[in-house]
Amino acid sequence: MANYSTNEFKSGLKVMLDNEPCSIVENEYVKPGKGQAFNRVKLRNLRNGRVLEKTFKSGDSLEGADVMEVDMEYLYTDGEFWHFMATDGSFEQHGASQEAVGDTVKWLKEQDVYTVILFNGAVLTVAPPNFVELEVVETDPGVKGDTANGGSKPATLSTGAVVKVPLFINIGEVLKIDTRSGEYVGRA
Amino acid sequence: MPDTRWQPSCDRAALAARSAFYRTIREFFHSRNVLEVDTPLLCAAPVSDPNIEPVQTCEGRWLHTSPEYAMKRLLCAGSGDIWQLCKVFRAGEAGQRHNPEFSMLEWYRTGWDLQQLMDEVRDLVQTLFASRWSELPEIRLSYAAAVKQYAGFDVHASSDADIAQVGQQAAGNDLDLNRDGWLDIIMSHMVEPALPKDTLVFISEFPASQAALAKVTTGAEGYSVAQRFELFFNGTELANGYDELIDAEEQRRRFEKEANDRPIDENLLAAIAHGLPECSGVAMGVDRLLMHLLQAGRISDVLSFDWSKA
Repeated sequence: MANYSTNEFKSGLKVMLDNEPCSIVENEYVKPGKGQAFNRVKLRNLRNGRVLEKTFKSGDSLEGADVMEVDMEYLYTDGEFWHFMATDGSFEQHGASQEAVGDTVKWLKEQDVYTVILFNGAVLTVAPPNFVELEVVETDPGVKGDTANGGSKPATLSTGAVVKVPLFINIGEVLKIDTRSGEYVGRA
Repeated sequence: MPDTRWQPSCDRAALAARSAFYRTIREFFHSRNVLEVDTPLLCAAPVSDPNIEPVQTCEGRWLHTSPEYAMKRLLCAGSGDIWQLCKVFRAGEAGQRHNPEFSMLEWYRTGWDLQQLMDEVRDLVQTLFASRWSELPEIRLSYAAAVKQYAGFDVHASSDADIAQVGQQAAGNDLDLNRDGWLDIIMSHMVEPALPKDTLVFISEFPASQAALAKVTTGAEGYSVAQRFELFFNGTELANGYDELIDAEEQRRRFEKEANDRPIDENLLAAIAHGLPECSGVAMGVDRLLMHLLQAGRISDVLSFDWSKA
């Protein structure tokens, strides 16, 4: 991969830092009038999402990271890997490990499209869309006459995820869930 | 979508604020009998400071990085008090608060010491900021006092290793820096962000190793210090003032030490040998002043066309 000098750092640039692929979040040029120039850089580790701050001498460089963001459709799991296929017509397939799938496993529905980050050609992370629609497979029976401001109860969805839903929701209904908060949004 | 890249970086209000600034600055110096001067932007010799990267043009000329050398030659020729507002150029200095081409206000007062010059800097900034702040509090402290208060150590008594250790806490341990490099980290990462807000903070008596073209004397604490000050305001450096070095031999030694293959300005050295009157001078970043007045987050918010659009 190419090397990038601090003056090419901009948000979104993917670089290697301590052997980890990172995305630059923020780059601030610091230069005392009579002193040395620095770049104070915030980077997000693409593997674990942690943001770290680091100072470089201006003119220093980092190796670019071979990172690609690809939209992929979830196909199936064989128990060890979760398999995805590119939606760009290439039919390119990749298997994601449990570590790469992480918490997204509870939002994986066949044929839905996910954002897959490939690092050196292998799946690094899988991110769900902001909203998914999933079917309720288990919950206590619905309560008639309940209003929206009433209480809530747990419901198990087809993926195994458990979310809090209003009392009037029944088994078999398809719900819209916000994957960022894990909260029920409404009936789909 | 129509192409909008031709459009200015700033709005009309910023253009008007700059225009008002320039008028106020002219009136300020006119009323104080300081002569406005105009020196060449394309010079035969570049700046000597290794931390500043000059832009070289054709015919062996350099765009000036500050009007300092030429203005000092005027002082040596007997100009008396002078000021100048001009564009200066520094390669590679692009960022939120930096543009490689920026506006600098520089002036010199003969027979003045740094306290008198700091008074005048304060008066000018108060005048320029009057529409937003009726009166700004002001503090003056030495570099050593600022480091003691905001980074918690004695700069003069600390070894290079001690200073490196403090700097590493702020910036990580894989930087390879010398003592002054680590001190720059400590100032920019620890001291500047901790300075009181909405206050004109003058820091003076810098380490002798950061003297540039300022006199070096023995400070109040008994250590060698550079007779320099910097003005900080809400996290940015606004001005840099010197009690100017008038010893031509010492000036040549400093130039030769830091020259790193750049030609030395022999005209300046000859002028200082002829005689630079005792004086203090200061350079101020006009775009930064405007940023504070307009509460702009980026220098591009106060430039007609920033580096990416120029």
